[in-house]
Amino acid sequence: MTERFTKAAARNIFYGGSLFFFATFIALTALSHNYVVNTSTDKKTLSEAVVRGKHVWEKNSCINCHTLLGEGAYFAPELGNVWLRYGGDKDPEGAVMALKSWMAAQPSGIEGRRQMPQFHLTEGEVEDLAAFLEWTSRINTQNWPPKLSG
Amino acid sequence: MKYESQKVALYYFAAAMGLFGVQILVGLLAGTVYVLPNTLSELLPFNIIRMIHTNALIVWLLIGFFGAAYYLVPEEAETELHSPKLALIQLGLFVFGALAAVVGYVFRIHEGREFLEQPLWIKAAIVVVALMFLYNITLTVLKGRRTVITNILLVGMWGIAVFFLFSFYNPGNLSLDKMYWWYVVHLWVEGVWELVLASILAFLMIKMTGVDREVVEKWLYAMVGLALFSGILGTGHHYYWIGTPGYWQWIGSLFSTLEVAPFFTMVVFAFMMVWKSGRRHPNKAAMLWSLGCAVFAFFGAGLWGFLHTLAPINYYTHGTQVTAAHGHLAFYGAYAMINLAIITYAMPYLRGRAPYNQTLNIWSFWLMSGGMAFMTFALTAAGIVQTHLQRVMGLGYMEVQEQIAMFYWLRLGGGVAVGIGMLVYLYAIFGPAREDRPVAIAGGMQAAE
Repeated sequence: MTERFTKAAARNIFYGGSLFFFATFIALTALSHNYVVNTSTDKKTLSEAVVRGKHVWEKNSCINCHTLLGEGAYFAPELGNVWLRYGGDKDPEGAVMALKSWMAAQPSGIEGRRQMPQFHLTEGEVEDLAAFLEWTSRINTQNWPPKLSG
Repeated sequence: MKYESQKVALYYFAAAMGLFGVQILVGLLAGTVYVLPNTLSELLPFNIIRMIHTNALIVWLLIGFFGAAYYLVPEEAETELHSPKLALIQLGLFVFGALAAVVGYVFRIHEGREFLEQPLWIKAAIVVVALMFLYNITLTVLKGRRTVITNILLVGMWGIAVFFLFSFYNPGNLSLDKMYWWYVVHLWVEGVWELVLASILAFLMIKMTGVDREVVEKWLYAMVGLALFSGILGTGHHYYWIGTPGYWQWIGSLFSTLEVAPFFTMVVFAFMMVWKSGRRHPNKAAMLWSLGCAVFAFFGAGLWGFLHTLAPINYYTHGTQVTAAHGHLAFYGAYAMINLAIITYAMPYLRGRAPYNQTLNIWSFWLMSGGMAFMTFALTAAGIVQTHLQRVMGLGYMEVQEQIAMFYWLRLGGGVAVGIGMLVYLYAIFGPAREDRPVAIAGGMQAAE
């Protein structure tokens, strides 16, 4: 670093540049916020059941085993598209039924297999959870994940 | 130690190391569940184990940062802390909150977003703790000498507090939730935390190499400038597949590639300073941790981040063990190691002894770093196989996990080495203080007796 590049210049570049990039980021966030609310997610079907289902998801900390849209722990399957894996897009009632019996059957107790806890969800809670997962499966994720396997 | 009030750092470092122990032990348990899945599955399911593992990490790193600040700010500002008492009350409150959170987690009391699982009242307590810290440190800086190191440290710490406020916003729209969740998570670890890291590293370099402050300060501005210029828009690499617009694939790919630059600069900086000074600081272990921190941060946060940050690659690797590999080495290299470096540096002064237990401390460096490197290689290999089988071939998740089971055994092996290294480190730091003196001096003194 040469003498001509003074400390004051370095300081000004740091603070000025950081403010510039942060302002750009805020502006892009505003645009993205608008895009998420109006374009990539379905405003009309974001019902109370979906929001309740999101809280069921959070209350039982599903994210610390599963991933959702690729984020979370990597210990259990991706659930952003689980609704499609369960065939919910073609037979929604069948998918909800399947989810209910899956939740009721945990833990499997099979030796050497990862165990999902028994969360003691009520029937209504599983239905809300299904509504949340169904809504999530319709988010425009730029075609992620590449395969149905998640 | 030039100022009496620096002593509060000792309590912070002790608390941080306690939680470090919890983090590693619970991490070993999590690694065990991966290979023996029925372990404690009813009593303490994996989601709770992981919650404790990640939360303990974040909290011990923050306590370490607070301790580092209380140690270095008086020396930089050339004045006593505004209030050592407030600093101790702050620590007590924070440790109480952390322990309450962990106990609560065991009884399934938590909020449900990743890393932000703390119940609302603990989140509020964290804000109070942060305000106590900022008040104390800001007043200390204002009454004393202003240096670039304290300024950058303060900007970083204020940033940590400000961005944490986004943790209180949890909208019902999942995509929005995720978008603002990254305001805490990314803008912390790939933003303002780097300011804290760079300023601690700069402090260590000034102290240990004796290189002119003017030179170090220019480097510091360069490092933190590169960190924020790349890191802020680099947030875009989390906005590829969560319902945010497609243009983030371009912005995120470009800027997060540039996130390698600040870490590369840190490596050049650290080695240049050591090479320029030619002085050999007696605390060789602290020097090793400092240089190791720069190098491991470059590999873990820099290269392993770049490995999967380009959108077309991330499309396949997103949310696989590749991410886990990067996460482990990045946190260890950048943030665990800078804490272990400043603790190794400060402990002899805080305990009033010349550098001691050097050999043990250096051993712990190689054990922990070797273990983390091995763990990262194992998880990377697991992730590459997983990506191909699951994301290209389309095999089911559980089926693929069976195929990569061997790598989880290797990972656990790496974890055991880290655990042993941690115990050696704790003994070297807190154990009976033994002064390591060069043989010639020790021999000379014996002859004189």
